Amino acid sequence: MSTTQDSVATPANTNAAGKNGGVATFIDDRLASANFTKRLLDKVFPDHWSFMLGEIALYSFIILLLSGTYLTLWYNPSMTEVVYNGSYVPLKGVKMSEAFSSTLAISFDVRGGLLLRQIHHWAALFFVAAISVHLLRVFFTGAFRKPREINWVIGTLLLVLALLEGFSGYSLPDDLLSGTGLRIAQGIIQAIPLVGTYVAMFLFGGEFPGTDIMGRLYSIHILLIPGLLLGLITVHLIMVFYQKHTQFPGPGRTESNVVGFRLFPIYMAKAGGFFFVVFGITVLIAAFVTINPIWLYGPYTPSQVTAGSQPDWYIGWLDGAVRLMPNLETSLLGYTISWNIIVPALVVPGIMFTALGLYPWIEAWATGDKREHHLLDRPRNAPTRTGLGVMALTFYMILQIAGGNDVIAAAFNLSINSMTWTFRFLLFALPPIAFVITKRICLGLQRRDNDKLLHGYETGRVLRLPSGEFLEIHEPIGDAEKAMILGKADVIPLELPAAVDANGVRNPKAAKSIMRAKLSRWYYSDVIPTPTDEEMLESANHAEHELHAAQSNTKEIANH
Amino acid sequence: MNELEHPTGDPYGAKDGKDLVSGITVFPMEPHVLRKADIDPKAARRAERQVAAMFTTSSLMIILFIVAFVVIPNTTIITVPVIGTVNANHLATGFAFGMAILLIGIGAIHWAKKLMPDVEVTQERHSLTSRDDERQAVAESFARGKAESGFGERKIIRRSLLGALALFPVPLIVLLRDLGPLPGTRLRETIWDKGIHLVTDATYRKIKASDVPLGGLINAVPENLLEIEHDEGTLNQRGKASIIIVRMDPAEIVSQQGETWDYQGILAFSKICTHLGCPTSLYQQRTHHLLCPCHQSTFDLSDSGNVVFGPAARRMPQLAITVDSEGYLVAQSGFDQPVGPSFWERG
Amino acid sequence: MALNKRHPAALFAVLAVALGTTGVAYAAVSNQTTPKVATQSETQVEQGKQLFLEGCSSCHGLAAQGGSDGPSLIGVGAASVDFQVGTGRMPLAAPGVQAMASMPSYNPEETAALAAFIATLGIGPAIPTQEMLDTSDAELALGGELFRTNCAQCHGASGTGGALSQGRMAPNLMGSDAKYLYEAMISGPQSMPLFSDQTLTEQDKKDIIAYVQELQKNISPGGATLGRLGPVTEGLFLFIVGLGVLIVSAVWIGAKSK
Repeated sequence: MSTTQDSVATPANTNAAGKNGGVATFIDDRLASANFTKRLLDKVFPDHWSFMLGEIALYSFIILLLSGTYLTLWYNPSMTEVVYNGSYVPLKGVKMSEAFSSTLAISFDVRGGLLLRQIHHWAALFFVAAISVHLLRVFFTGAFRKPREINWVIGTLLLVLALLEGFSGYSLPDDLLSGTGLRIAQGIIQAIPLVGTYVAMFLFGGEFPGTDIMGRLYSIHILLIPGLLLGLITVHLIMVFYQKHTQFPGPGRTESNVVGFRLFPIYMAKAGGFFFVVFGITVLIAAFVTINPIWLYGPYTPSQVTAGSQPDWYIGWLDGAVRLMPNLETSLLGYTISWNIIVPALVVPGIMFTALGLYPWIEAWATGDKREHHLLDRPRNAPTRTGLGVMALTFYMILQIAGGNDVIAAAFNLSINSMTWTFRFLLFALPPIAFVITKRICLGLQRRDNDKLLHGYETGRVLRLPSGEFLEIHEPIGDAEKAMILGKADVIPLELPAAVDANGVRNPKAAKSIMRAKLSRWYYSDVIPTPTDEEMLESANHAEHELHAAQSNTKEIANH
Repeated sequence: MNELEHPTGDPYGAKDGKDLVSGITVFPMEPHVLRKADIDPKAARRAERQVAAMFTTSSLMIILFIVAFVVIPNTTIITVPVIGTVNANHLATGFAFGMAILLIGIGAIHWAKKLMPDVEVTQERHSLTSRDDERQAVAESFARGKAESGFGERKIIRRSLLGALALFPVPLIVLLRDLGPLPGTRLRETIWDKGIHLVTDATYRKIKASDVPLGGLINAVPENLLEIEHDEGTLNQRGKASIIIVRMDPAEIVSQQGETWDYQGILAFSKICTHLGCPTSLYQQRTHHLLCPCHQSTFDLSDSGNVVFGPAARRMPQLAITVDSEGYLVAQSGFDQPVGPSFWERG
Repeated sequence: MALNKRHPAALFAVLAVALGTTGVAYAAVSNQTTPKVATQSETQVEQGKQLFLEGCSSCHGLAAQGGSDGPSLIGVGAASVDFQVGTGRMPLAAPGVQAMASMPSYNPEETAALAAFIATLGIGPAIPTQEMLDTSDAELALGGELFRTNCAQCHGASGTGGALSQGRMAPNLMGSDAKYLYEAMISGPQSMPLFSDQTLTEQDKKDIIAYVQELQKNISPGGATLGRLGPVTEGLFLFIVGLGVLIVSAVWIGAKSK
């Protein structure tokens, strides 16, 4: 028996050249992985810088797992009060939790500990920042459309989990700044109608701050959320592999192919190299720029506070929303409803994340577009979507800036009070303006694209005609640019349904259909169609003709 | 979407220069342009040397890291232009480690860009939709399984199973019960009581009324805070019982939360913001305004601690104070309302 | 690169030496460093009065009784004058929500004269003596506690200042002299409340000043401080520099090589 088996395995062994053949054979004998591995190695990925933003998030996550594991070796999530006796003199003799004192020990007594802490914290900021810009790229290029809606939802979940993961980690040192943040979080939980008081009591093991919260946050921060993140990230990546990456329109690119480079060796080197670049840059920033100097904030005490109490950047927009909210509170039948807290801290983010997660379906429903899309939209070619995105981004940015209003006020000598009022006003005024302006810019860019197609690009060379007229020479654009511009798929708004059918019977669903058709028209309104082939041909002939005519009886006068 | 099902054999999945699916014009791939390193062996060798140099420097950086880690004491402070006065061990090890990692990355990318083939490859997408017969087969398998299990017919089994499964998570929630106590009156009470001395925070000294200057601010706590320290620590009570004491000209006091709750213009207010619980002691003595640094709620202490700006909805609770026989400030009673942020049952 | 090694024991050594020497030195110099307020002479008060009438009375009134443009100065004490004039906050350059520190308009001698004159108008806090500002016996850690309890809410835990209502602000303390820190605490300039010597003792104030002086050294083991403004500047740095560098790298990776 065994000889037969060996003889079967031998060809594989001889075919797989080099030293790795043995290992490959060993694995394939057990998993029949050859086919899969070949497909994996040959997998083609399109090349574009914006496709690497998600990679930054992935790599930051790996850096976080690595550096975080090191930190757990020294960090102690205990709220037992101790008297500090480490090497940071200005806090010697001060009472603090073991959590804070062990974080001080990491910062001052463990060699390389401060570097690890700063790598971990900077990587956390990178993680959420990269997720955010990756999300923007996916949104503005329409990469979330069928068949990638599920991955969009997973991405949204990943973002929410990243925010929770970041906030729980920010709280762990138990310093004055993070403790203040935790106090605010506790106040928000406490304000949830009906169950808030109980949830807060259970989460904190009684009153704030109690002695349990660090241990609980710790298990959430190092076990629960990272586990969920890891699982969802894995699914996210498998889906990208399985569905293949989207690509921008260009020469040779169609809905049914992928043009790019193979995973092995090009992306192994490029993406693998990029991991080291992200890691290296994170370490260098951690070496040169300090982050969260907890020893300046001191240990947390609920009776102390520092001016400029801010959360890390990714919670800033929530803090901003809480700052801008007017002071509404209702007392009804002996119960208190704190609109001033639940609206900005729970309702607004709830709506924002739900709308974000459902956006692929919202757009598909509004436009009636149920087709698969593997070619990306250039943002200008989807003016309504781009406008909506910029509108949401404007809304978010105002909240974000409002979250730092006290620091801005102190730095630029402004009044917090007038800033707050200005932001309250801008929060509603600016987003619609941003929508209109963005849409107009998109349409302008589309017109310019059409101009380029029909008349070529301006060379800067000017001719003077015998009649005294000036003529700038246009030259036709290259195929790559043509392909990019013509990659805009034609869109057809939904037909307005007839209110009565052929037999004169009223269509009961008409009202809904009409609304949808109108929505679809609004979505697709004033999209500028690309020139037809005939128009292009005619324009090309015309231009050539004109140029010949001009060149035959004049000379070039300027060349700039 | 069955268009994707049958690739046309056209290299670009297109027909007559049009994409079959989207209808857009398909242009042929651009001719590949050779790089310098493809043509000139010298350029290729140069690129090779550059990549190798980066990898080698990376190794040297690791050695530098180890040397710096071992040699430089963790307590050495150096001043570096632009960066500032920093820990030398941290800076040197971080720089060496960061450069070591970064150079591997740059080297690998440089290698890929300069020396690995840069001819673009086209791969077909495969349909993400199963064929109808495949779907049919799945539906049949499912129907067979359903019939064999009897899940459809045996209603009593189905319903009792659904019931059991619905109840199964209940213990998982019940098990969380002992995470913490029920709220009880915890959020309503502080350790303030009649006759409790007001003492300075951090130094715990009793406060003589005559020692409080006009325009002064004292961050204070109840004297009995130290009594509970041994048993339960002070933090929970600090989060509720902390107060600030201010003094203003009695003529400037517009109103108070209770008659004669001040003592000769000395007023005591809770330090815990009624919005989200931040300690609020940014007292501006000229305007008598108290600002919360977290969300900028502003309270007018000369006017019953009413909210004059920001998201806080309720005024700052005032603590009624007086003096004992020696002239030290004491509380007339505890707070007459819950301090700190709102909660559902607060009323 | 200035190499500046600091052994943990060094601080204690310095402390021990300082404690030993101050005792001796104090005995020797205490006769000469009597408080400034006490050395005021008739002529100094007269000079101060002249300066007051010329430069201050238009707002504060001829008898310093105050007016619509400036508060009464009766009983504010020499400390207040020394702080306001010495840090250039007074005379006010232009009316605004708050007087800002700037180049002093009066030299130290004139400032002392003004302070001496105002001190004669009513009892108020005097200018702190050298001894009151000697932080060699201060408890740094307790100073930190007191700073975070009484000062950090406005000036920030790292002393870099912060915003108050209506455009007012708590100034950055990173360049403030010990004397002015002390005077601010006892005189309560502008929005700042007073911290009397009874509730925040001389020793407490010394501890606080020692802690602020420690902050002023601006030692940042972990690298550049970004102004010690907390997460706001950290976030800005992350997006502008951090993400900027990574996106440039991504563009470089995606660009066609020549």
